[in-house]
Amino acid sequence: MATDQPSWERFDRRRRLGRFVAVLVSAVIVVASWQFMEIGVVDPNTVPREIADLLTRMYPPDVAYTRQIVGPLIETIHIAALGTAGALVLSIPVALLAAENTTPNAATFWLGKLIVTVSRSVNTIIWALIFVVTFGSGPLAGAVAIAFRSVGFLGKLLGEEIEEIDFGQVEAIRATGASSLQLLLYGVLPQVKPALVGLAVYRWDINIRDSTVLGFVGAGGIGVQLFRAVNAFAWQSVAMVLLVILGVVVVTEALSAYTRRLVR
Amino acid sequence: MLHVTDLQKTYDTGDEALRGVTTAVEGSETVAMIGPSGAGKSTFIRCVNRLTEPTSGTVELDGTELTALDSDGLRAARRDIGMIFQEYNLVERLTVMENVLSGRLGYVSAWQAFRRSFPAADIERAYAILDRVGLGEMADKRVDELSGGQRQRVGIARAVIQEPKILLVDEPTSSLDPETSNTVMRLLTEIAAERSVPVLINIHEVDLALDHADRILGLHDGELVFEGSPAELDDHALDRVYRGDERPDTTQSGEKTPETDSHDTPKTADKSVVGGV
Amino acid sequence: MATGERSWQRPTVFRSHRIKWTVYAGLIAFFVWSAVGIGFDPARVLQGIGNTAVLVGDFLPPDATAREFDRIVAKMLESVAMAMVATVTGIVVSVPIAFMAAENLSPKPLYAINRGLISVSRAFNAIIVAILAVKAVGFGPLAGIITITFKTVGFFSKLLAEDIEDIDMGSVDAVRATGSSPIQTLLYAVAPQIIPRFAGLSVYRWDINIRTSTVIGIVGAGGIGSVLLTAFNRYDYQYVSAILLSIIVVVLFAEGVSAVVRRRYQ
Repeated sequence: MATDQPSWERFDRRRRLGRFVAVLVSAVIVVASWQFMEIGVVDPNTVPREIADLLTRMYPPDVAYTRQIVGPLIETIHIAALGTAGALVLSIPVALLAAENTTPNAATFWLGKLIVTVSRSVNTIIWALIFVVTFGSGPLAGAVAIAFRSVGFLGKLLGEEIEEIDFGQVEAIRATGASSLQLLLYGVLPQVKPALVGLAVYRWDINIRDSTVLGFVGAGGIGVQLFRAVNAFAWQSVAMVLLVILGVVVVTEALSAYTRRLVR
Repeated sequence: MLHVTDLQKTYDTGDEALRGVTTAVEGSETVAMIGPSGAGKSTFIRCVNRLTEPTSGTVELDGTELTALDSDGLRAARRDIGMIFQEYNLVERLTVMENVLSGRLGYVSAWQAFRRSFPAADIERAYAILDRVGLGEMADKRVDELSGGQRQRVGIARAVIQEPKILLVDEPTSSLDPETSNTVMRLLTEIAAERSVPVLINIHEVDLALDHADRILGLHDGELVFEGSPAELDDHALDRVYRGDERPDTTQSGEKTPETDSHDTPKTADKSVVGGV
Repeated sequence: MATGERSWQRPTVFRSHRIKWTVYAGLIAFFVWSAVGIGFDPARVLQGIGNTAVLVGDFLPPDATAREFDRIVAKMLESVAMAMVATVTGIVVSVPIAFMAAENLSPKPLYAINRGLISVSRAFNAIIVAILAVKAVGFGPLAGIITITFKTVGFFSKLLAEDIEDIDMGSVDAVRATGSSPIQTLLYAVAPQIIPRFAGLSVYRWDINIRTSTVIGIVGAGGIGSVLLTAFNRYDYQYVSAILLSIIVVVLFAEGVSAVVRRRYQ
């Protein structure tokens, strides 16, 4: 009588097949995509070589250019700050509308969701294109674009926070005879405050980065400077701008982390 | 003081939680309501201040018919009703003092609430009550740093600062260990007695009810099946309350404290924060 | 004991109330300065709002001729194709970089360089990267693939490196103690601890990459962005709106797929 040899396989046949199919499909999609784009065969040396070439031209960065960067840089910071602040204020009613437990009725709920979806699906720079048309070119259009994109981001995440609150805490406040507004201020707000501050500061961080490119479409900020320098092939000036942007982003990220730790 | 007449509550799911309960709480007595899980004890208490809307029946507090009030009237009336919850229901991120002061929200504007600028008299009241419940040193501690027993004492302080006409207490000791439970119950009844405030307390630990209450109400399946003093709560009565029937004396002696986890309030649609009162 | 009046002040996260008010005052001053800086003139804002209302009329209904519609489809496919390829290349490149950027497995200088690379990738908006890529390799989807790959590396490597740093070194040591080679250690001790999040993170990044691929065409890096820009410059707002619609549809679809996959595998 033959005795079966004990065996062990990490994944059973079905999962193995599943993984194999997934990898196969991915590979097919990638190859098909490559073909579709008609890029042709790329010499694996060309790309790194050309990138290295570009990077060498950027060294050393033109420090003197800094004087021309400061103004636009400050403008960029203004755009991000105002856009984020404006969005924060607007996102609170939107979040209340988009949260199942605070929205008055089904129609307002869908309105909230609609605002959030449209805002989030359109990239900031596209919003900037639109608002340059209506507000004229310049940082005002940029700030509005930042605000429009951020409302959806903040509204959605804030709404989710509101849906997660402990309803019991709110009910107890209601039982003391508090008004609806007091309920929001004393029962809901304290529960969502860490998220409110954290999300606002997180979005501000992202908005600083987004604000740097708005100048490409005429919406103000350091993007104007950068665009000009790139088109003039002034690579050392470009490098200086990039360094300054890097610096601002690092500081912003540190501030963001500090603030979020402060309010827990 | 409190008169409940033919109170009924049927939830949207069809669950008949209260089938016409009529009772009263007078003077400054402490009334304990006992009964198995699902009997409707929580529903009853929540119907008194209309956190849960009764389907029919009337609730009258000190001459005012609560069930007939509009939302503004109800809000004003709730100031006179202090409620203490099983899960404490304190705003965790706020301090003890802020939570106690929230009992006075019905007397200040929204702006004052936002700025936490309560009248000096309220502050004085708050400190006095915190001293009374033994939390005088903890006024500025965040609630989430407190133990269960301490949190429940904050809950008591919050209800008491309202200077209410009645205290409604919903399973105050379910989340506490036996020793703390006793301390809390004693504190509650003492304070109520000092201020001559009647207490209606919903409890499933029968021994605690017997120790601290002047009168016992027994609820079974939405109906009031016992009403009397602790001494009158014999085995027959207990059977009626917890089993719903009379059993002959040959059953086991001694009271049985049934295990319940007291979530006899099904999740209802009354969950919206605004839009309802 | 004197029963005098006791006062109370609401708590604050700042160390004192004076600090709190200083910070608030500073913030308000900053915002006022910003408003002036960007030319926040109520009249101008109102006019802008009015213009926007009018513009909405110009946007509706979305319209595209047959040829324009074909162009949208073709370029949208190009965007998606870019995102597909670049997500894969990005993830593939991220893995070694993540290992080199993990404090517990990588020597100090290598760690520093790779962490620097990750920071640079995360600091710059994709459009900036795209502009540089276009200048390096020319217009077209190749620049787009380079851009998205680079951005993916920054995202993926950072998270992967953090996961690697969080692993239980005990099990790694245990496997190493059996005498296995570095590769075997990797496969047996390290990989199983970081792979669970892999699928979710990959599809999450793919979602973001789809979004990016729809805009980098604005600076010439392939995809539908260039069509959008041209339409704007021609004031052909109904065409713009048709393009936007297609972008929104694709983005929402990608988000849906991402949500489904993440729910199934987390």
